Amino acid sequence: MADVVDTPDLAAPGPEIRAGRRVLITRARSLLGTVPFFAYVVTFLVIPTLVVVIGAFTGDGGFTPANVRALGNAYILDAFARSILLSLVTAAIGAILGALLAYALVTAKPGGVLRRVVTAASGVLAQFGGVTLAFAFLATIGLSGFVTVFLKDRLGFDLYANGVWLFELPGLMLVYTYFQVPLMVIVFLPALDGIRPQWREATESLGGSTWQYWTRVAGPLLAPAFLGAMLLLFANAFSAYATAAALVSQGNPIVPLQIRSALTSEVVLGQQNLGKAMALGMVLVVAVVMALYALLSRKTARWLA
Amino acid sequence: MAGLIARRARRQRVFRWAVVLVLGVFFLLPLIAMVEFSTRDGAQAWRLLVDWPQLSETYPDLATGIVASLGQAVLTALLMLALLVPTTVWVRLRLPGLRRLIEFICLLPLTIPAIVLVVGLAPVYAWVTYFLGGSSLTLTFAYTILVLPYAYRAIDAGLSAIDVKTLAEAARSLGAGWGTVMWRVVLPNIRSAVLSAAFLTVALVLGEFTIASLLNRDNLQVAINLLGKSSATMSVAVSLAALLLAFVLLLLLSLFGGRRKAAE
Repeated sequence: MADVVDTPDLAAPGPEIRAGRRVLITRARSLLGTVPFFAYVVTFLVIPTLVVVIGAFTGDGGFTPANVRALGNAYILDAFARSILLSLVTAAIGAILGALLAYALVTAKPGGVLRRVVTAASGVLAQFGGVTLAFAFLATIGLSGFVTVFLKDRLGFDLYANGVWLFELPGLMLVYTYFQVPLMVIVFLPALDGIRPQWREATESLGGSTWQYWTRVAGPLLAPAFLGAMLLLFANAFSAYATAAALVSQGNPIVPLQIRSALTSEVVLGQQNLGKAMALGMVLVVAVVMALYALLSRKTARWLA
Repeated sequence: MAGLIARRARRQRVFRWAVVLVLGVFFLLPLIAMVEFSTRDGAQAWRLLVDWPQLSETYPDLATGIVASLGQAVLTALLMLALLVPTTVWVRLRLPGLRRLIEFICLLPLTIPAIVLVVGLAPVYAWVTYFLGGSSLTLTFAYTILVLPYAYRAIDAGLSAIDVKTLAEAARSLGAGWGTVMWRVVLPNIRSAVLSAAFLTVALVLGEFTIASLLNRDNLQVAINLLGKSSATMSVAVSLAALLLAFVLLLLLSLFGGRRKAAE
C-alpha cells in the first residue's frame, strides 16, 4: 500500500502519460495499415536494388572490389561511352526537333484539331518503344524494307552501300529518335505554354527585335526547361533496353546489352556479379542525371509554373 | 503594327506546317511501311490474326504469349489497385506525414532502369519460383513495381480532386466501417482516376519486354521477338496490331482524362 503511495507514477500513470501512450498506440495501429504496401515495395523494389548494390562489391569469398574494377575493362568502358554517346545524340536531336514541334503547336489555335491530334499522338508514340518499334523500322529500312526497296528500285539509291548501319549505333540513334521527339513534345509543351504573349509585347514596346526577344527574354526563360527536358530524354535513352535488344542480335554495343550477355552467359565464372557492377554504373549515371533534372525543374518553376 | 502582326502570323503558319509536315512524314512512314510489309503476300497474316483457333495452331508460341500478356495485364491492374488505393487513402486520412515518403517510393522506379531491376530481381524470382512455380503470371509482381509511378500519379490526382477526409468522416459518423468507406464512398468518387491507372497499367504491361525476356517468361513482346526470327511478315503484322491496341487504350485514357478535366 505504502509502495503505491510512494511511487504513484508506476502503478497508475498520470493523465498526460496515459494520453501519450494512447496516441502512440493509435499511431502504431495507423502504421499497420501501410504494412502491406511497404512489405511489397521492400520485397520487389528495395531488395532487388540492394542485391545490385551489394552484389557489385561481392564475389565468391565475400567483399571484393574485383567487379567494380572490371568496369575499367576496355570493352565495358567502350559500351558505357557508346551508351552515353547514343543518349546524348538522341537527346539533343529529340530535344531540338521536339521543341520545334512544340513551338509549332503553341502558335496554333489553343483548342484546335492540330494541337489535340499531335499531343495525343505524342502521348502514344513516346510509349512506343521496344520490340514493336524495332520491327517497325525493320519493315521501313530493313534490308527488304519499304523505303529501302523503294529507293533501290525507283531511284537506284542503295541505302546500305557503305554497309548495313541499321543494326549498329547509327541505326539505334535513328530508331531512338522516334520515341525521343514525342517525349520532348509532352515534356516541353507546358513550359512553352507558360510563355506569356505580354512578354513579347513588352519587348516590342521597348524597341526590341524578334532576335532580341528570343536571345534576351524567351531564350533565358526557356533554357532551364529545355535543358531539364533534355536530361529526361538522356535518361530515357540511356535506360532503354527492349528496342536495342530486338534490333541488335550480334555484338553488344551498349551497356544494357552488355548486361544482357552477362546475365545470360554462364560460361565465365563471376560474370553474374559483373552484370551487377554494370547495373550499378547505370544507376549512378541515371541518378546524377535525374538529380540535375530535379535541380533544373525547381529553377523552371520560378517563371514558367 | 497590324501589318507586322499579320506578317508574323503568316510566317508562323508557314513554319508550323513545314515542321508538322516534315515530322509527320518521319512518324507516319514506319507505320505505313508496316502496313505495306505485312500485306506483301496478301492479307493472309491479318486474316490469321482474327482467326484465333487457326492462329493458336499455326503459331502456338504467339498464342501462349498473348494469353500470358492478357493475364499479366489483368492481374497487375488488380494488384496495383489493391496495393495503392487503400494505402494512399489511409495515408491521407491517418498518416499525412507519410505522404512524401510514399510518393518518393512510388516514383523511384522511374530512376531505376528495368534492365537494372531485372538484375536484382533474378534472386528474388528464384524464391518466387520456389513458392509459386515458374508461371509467366508471376511477372505480375515485377510489373506492379514498374507501373507504380504512373498509377500513383493518376490515383493521387484523383484523390486530390475530392475531400477524402470529410467524406470518410461523414461516412464513419453515420456508422460505416472502413470497408464501406473504401468500397462505397471513396472508390466511386475516384472512379475515373482508377480507370486511368488501370488503362495505363494495361498499356504498359502489354508493351513490356525487358523483364519477361531476361527472366525467361512468356509474354506478347517476347513472342513477337521470337516470331521475328521465323516469320517476318507475321511479326510485323502482330507488332502493328499490338501498337493499334495500345493506341486505342491510350486514346480512351485521354478521352477519360479530358472528360474529367471538363467536368471540373
